Amino acid sequence: MTGPVGVKAVLELDGIVKDYASEAGTFRALDGVSVTVEQGEFISIMGPSGSGKSTLMNIIGCLDSATMGAYRFDGTDISDYDEKALAKLRNQSIGFVFQQFNLLPRLSSRANVALPLVYSGVSLKDRNARADELLALVGLEGKQMSRPSQLSGGQQQRVAIARALANNPRLLLADEPTGALDTKTGAEVLALFRDLNASRGLTAVIVTHDPGVAAATNRVVRIQDGQVTYDGPPTKEALAGVGHVYDAA
Amino acid sequence: MLGAMLAEAWSALVANRLRSILTMLGMIIGVAAVILMLAIGSGVQVYIERQISSLGSNLLIISSGAARTGGGFAQGIGTAPTLTLDDADAIARLPTVVAAAPQSGFGAQVTAGPTNWLTQVSTSTPSWFQVQDWYPDEGRAFTEMENRQAARVAVIGRTVADELFGANDPLGQQIRVRGVTFTVIGVLPKRGQGIGGSNRDDTIVLPLNSAQRLVQGGGVFRRSVRTISVSVATPAAMVPTEEAISLLLRRRHQLAPTAPDDFSITNITAVGDTFAETTGAISLLLGAIGGISLVVGGIGIMNIMLVSVTERTREIGIRMAIGASRGAIRLQFLLEALMLSLAGCLIGVMLGTGIAVIAGKFLPFETVITPASVIISFAISAAIGIFFGWWPANRAAKLSPIEALRS
Repeated sequence: MTGPVGVKAVLELDGIVKDYASEAGTFRALDGVSVTVEQGEFISIMGPSGSGKSTLMNIIGCLDSATMGAYRFDGTDISDYDEKALAKLRNQSIGFVFQQFNLLPRLSSRANVALPLVYSGVSLKDRNARADELLALVGLEGKQMSRPSQLSGGQQQRVAIARALANNPRLLLADEPTGALDTKTGAEVLALFRDLNASRGLTAVIVTHDPGVAAATNRVVRIQDGQVTYDGPPTKEALAGVGHVYDAA
Repeated sequence: MLGAMLAEAWSALVANRLRSILTMLGMIIGVAAVILMLAIGSGVQVYIERQISSLGSNLLIISSGAARTGGGFAQGIGTAPTLTLDDADAIARLPTVVAAAPQSGFGAQVTAGPTNWLTQVSTSTPSWFQVQDWYPDEGRAFTEMENRQAARVAVIGRTVADELFGANDPLGQQIRVRGVTFTVIGVLPKRGQGIGGSNRDDTIVLPLNSAQRLVQGGGVFRRSVRTISVSVATPAAMVPTEEAISLLLRRRHQLAPTAPDDFSITNITAVGDTFAETTGAISLLLGAIGGISLVVGGIGIMNIMLVSVTERTREIGIRMAIGASRGAIRLQFLLEALMLSLAGCLIGVMLGTGIAVIAGKFLPFETVITPASVIISFAISAAIGIFFGWWPANRAAKLSPIEALRS
């Protein structure tokens, strides 16, 4: 499970190609994407809609598999993993945060946070203890029994982040985590990501189209037409993006 | 994990309370119908078995006159008194015969003081009590000596005792049958209804000789009897004994080899078996009708589970994203379907039992809830839950997590 000596890569995507069959013929959503993310990195994946960034996120998150190319997670090639093995990987090693929070409305915050632990076979007592600990970490002490409908958007996203952390994942994968929040709450959530990254060395990947969000990360990967058009620090030029991208095309 | 999933399945059903109850209704009605039908079925069976055994076990009844004749006018059983007391004595001497009771009878108005009662009078020998396995619980039966001496003694049934004497002790009281006075020496214990609904306790038993000698019309044909009831030693000996009696009577009646029997033999146990088989088939049929409503209930569960899977597509996507395997998703929806069917079954069993108990109070027999019918109901309900829950659960499990999250 260890990468090359010295550098410990959490993600290694090598020449990833993803084809979709449609009525008009085969559509290539990703065309040879290679990205390496090392332990403790805080990066953003940017791109306009239709660029292939969602497809890339699904592949990184093990919700989808590539047509071609190699994907090593934590040094292990998972390209040929079956559905069951991928489910286990999602459960144990990846924490998802979504734009729409995606909490289960019927369940309390505590039960929502504990849900991944149900699928990893943790006992009820340990589940609740862990959930309470994580809710405290994201600043939601005393909200254990609240339903999502009783919480503000920012609070719901904090519950979702606590849920993503339930199994101590290797990777925190967020899809437009501030997209449904106002600027102030969005900034708070983003600060929480930064804090988790800085204090715990948690590798975090944020998929976004918002240059403001990308600016908060340490590295930006731009995707256009299924290819990586930029991979580097979040400079003004990179974030503005437009001219750069059209120059390349 | 299973405990958590059971709790979740329960909370999902509780969250949609009205819908869950309406879905269960099919199962509830189906199970209640099965329980009720089987309870009535086994009640009838027990009732008939009790009736048959109350006639006496291993009983052969020989009647005067053939059951069927070659043609022309049919002779009804018992119309021609071809059987005699001597036939009865000869039959009683057969090795496998325990007792043979010659028997005649007539209907008569019986009086005791100012009260009177129309009842059925049986006339027989003391063997009658043995063959019927029915002895007086108050007083005593008449003896062979009393029969031979044509004593004026009578044993009466419970109904006759109640009608003629009410709360008074009937023993030692006088009753008049067709103008002849008899003293009551015994009362038979209650036996209830006979086959066909006749009241078996509405009877008087007189010594055969007494009736023939003293009562007008009590014995038109001297030494002739209408029927002979035979008690056979063992169930296995029934058929051989039947054959032996047939041979014996043909010889005694000097029938030519080609002549038809002038008597008929009825095997009560065989009649009982036929009854039991018939009622068994009927209760099976009734149960099958209940079973059909169970299948309809199962389809209702499948329907609502399909709706539920569609409604909760996003939930399924979320669960998959945070690590639920397809197996776990399938198990979750299967558990919900199973819980619906089993909860429906539980309520159905209670409802069916309740109705059966109430119905038992209005029917002429008691309904019997057998543990087997409850176990079968639960087994069938579980099977229905799994069978009809499988398809929706599989549909949920086969969803693509990406598609499901997008919904």
